[in-house]
Amino acid sequence: MGIKLSLTVVSQSVYNGAFRHYRPTLHFLKGFGLSEQLLTVKGLFCERDDRVLFSNLNFALHAGEIVQIEGQNGSGKTTLLRILSGLSRHYEGDICWRGEPVDEVREQYCRELLYFGHQAGVKAVLTPEENLRWYAALSPSINAHAIADALWQVGLRGYEDVPCHSLSAGQNRRVSLARLYLSQAPLWILDEPFTAIDKRGVAAKEQLLLQHARRGGSVLLTTHHELGIQGPVRKINLDQLAGTST
Amino acid sequence: MAEKKWMPRWFYQLASPRWCYQITGSLLPWFTGAALLLLIGGTIWSLAFAPADYQQGNSFRIIYLHVPSAILAQSAYMLMAVAGAIGLIWKMKVADMVLKSAAPIGASMAVLALATGAIWGKPTWGSWWVWDARLTSMLILLFLYLGVMALNSAIENESTAAQASAVLALVGLVNIPIIKYSVEWWNTLHQPATFKLTEKPAMPAEMWLPLLVMVIGFYCFFAVSLMLRLRNEIIWRERRTGWVRELLKKQ
Amino acid sequence: MTMKTNSGQPAEIGMAGLFAATWRREFLLSFRRKSDLVNPLIFFLMVATLFPLGVSPEPGFLSQLAPGVVWVAALLATLLSMDALFRSDYEDGSLEQLLLSPQPLFVVVLAKVLAHWVMTGLALTLMAPLLGLMLFLPAEGMPGLMLSLLLGTPTLSLVGAIGAALTVGLKKGGVLISLLVLPLYIPVLIFGSSAVQAAVTGLPLGGYLALLGALLALALGLAPLAISAALRISISS
Repeated sequence: MGIKLSLTVVSQSVYNGAFRHYRPTLHFLKGFGLSEQLLTVKGLFCERDDRVLFSNLNFALHAGEIVQIEGQNGSGKTTLLRILSGLSRHYEGDICWRGEPVDEVREQYCRELLYFGHQAGVKAVLTPEENLRWYAALSPSINAHAIADALWQVGLRGYEDVPCHSLSAGQNRRVSLARLYLSQAPLWILDEPFTAIDKRGVAAKEQLLLQHARRGGSVLLTTHHELGIQGPVRKINLDQLAGTST
Repeated sequence: MAEKKWMPRWFYQLASPRWCYQITGSLLPWFTGAALLLLIGGTIWSLAFAPADYQQGNSFRIIYLHVPSAILAQSAYMLMAVAGAIGLIWKMKVADMVLKSAAPIGASMAVLALATGAIWGKPTWGSWWVWDARLTSMLILLFLYLGVMALNSAIENESTAAQASAVLALVGLVNIPIIKYSVEWWNTLHQPATFKLTEKPAMPAEMWLPLLVMVIGFYCFFAVSLMLRLRNEIIWRERRTGWVRELLKKQ
Repeated sequence: MTMKTNSGQPAEIGMAGLFAATWRREFLLSFRRKSDLVNPLIFFLMVATLFPLGVSPEPGFLSQLAPGVVWVAALLATLLSMDALFRSDYEDGSLEQLLLSPQPLFVVVLAKVLAHWVMTGLALTLMAPLLGLMLFLPAEGMPGLMLSLLLGTPTLSLVGAIGAALTVGLKKGGVLISLLVLPLYIPVLIFGSSAVQAAVTGLPLGGYLALLGALLALALGLAPLAISAALRISISS
């Protein structure tokens, strides 16, 4: 894997620095029509409060792919994302990361994962910048030098030093979404990332997801928005999928 | 590589409860018989035939209830913590259920030990409660049991509840020797040279043999009640599986 | 298929850096919410006030009671502050992010607990002489009181954090946590108050402090593991 290819995708701002590591190899693979399976799920079974949410769920997430998990309220979208992220261990079945059982490569997996949950994970008494600095300390895949840039990107310019409790709900979500601009992790698991975000913000985030996919990263998300992404979007419907396999 | 690691988990999670239910079903009659025999025999022996204590007279006979229940309370905690550790490490469902089933039995044993200790204390010390080292340790043990039970019932998700209780039980297990030591030490500090309840210099065989019978009887009784509770728990948790449904249909 | 993904990433901050970052964050959080900082101290003072009112204001009697009362009050004040340790992190989702970090969890946990101790246990220790005065604790007992609290309260924080981690997912964790944790506090209480008593009567303190130190060492070694495990369990429900 020592082949070095230069980045062909032109990127702006933080991206130049952010995606310089695993991308070349992936592009090399893509050139031959191959794309690596990042996350593989086999025979996943989960029940909650006496109800089977999904059983024998099988799918693979490839590099460069955006997968949207669909389903009614209570169909287990959030549970699935929590299981895949490693937060919830209440499941049976196999989850593999780059072909290895995820439990055996937990640390590496956490290194390559960015998870965005229901709660934004933003401390109300800290400023946006302080919040992001903490995430940079927590996760080596977050680039601490680009925090100001990222806040600018999510439209929080001028709010860097305002405590988050005086920001609106949408702005708080944006603070957390700024992690997407900073992250070098190939796998993004996003649970309702667009909640409380306005239209323009959503469009910008969709562009971001697309760029991430084009760079060989992959995205797994749930959202009630109709995704406007023209690109490699695949949908998995939990309502239909339960009990069947693809 | 992956198969090797994943097979046991699948095996334990799916196969074990049923096997456990069957094996306890076949063991249950034997233990019930043994428990009845030993407890009735031991009671008659200890109340009617064992000699009275030269100091305490007949009131000492409560020892035949107090000591076994105290031993059981401690053993049950050990069992609970070990089951908790097994459940945490190997994700064994049955171990979780053993933990949940053992806690109330152990707690009631602790209550019994405390009650008999108090009743014994009345003629011996002239008061229902004395801050004796053993009684105090037993009281704290009861608190530990109550903590585990409270945590177990507070968490709705069964497997989360079991894991959390297991962690607490293990923390308690590490603490028990420290608590015992500190309480004994505290006791000697505040009440030097008190009359000890159970530490007899030398108990004649006619006295300790029935005690031994009672202790073994209590262990058998514990096993019986644990198995009964465990079987209930297995049926309840596995109620949606095929084998439980078949079992219920048959009955 | 092996791919190096971390070859050119920004230099990872080491354990010390992580510890420092957590520590800084905890202090920032506390100093911006000052009430959390002061409440346990007020509670400490109030509990100590209850004893003269409830039992007797007679100095001779109170001075006998003082070692135990100050220790019980410190223990309860620590316990009271424990519930908040992980709760706000749980509620705003930071805890999830913490658990998904590739960084070693026990370092962050240890940093959090120790920062918490500095803001409660250490503050209580510094405040203890005031309570000693109020309860007529003889002056000879003061060093014993301070030293025993200094060595004992970190253990209380560490053990209390296990309870906090176990109950963080529950809505009503407050009462439950005391049920879980109080029995575990008993050895610290015994050795701590005995140390003060020994100091009052002029006996050597070394043995008691050594015992408290041993408990602290044990708690430092084992509690972070238990706390980490408990957090993972609590968050997975």
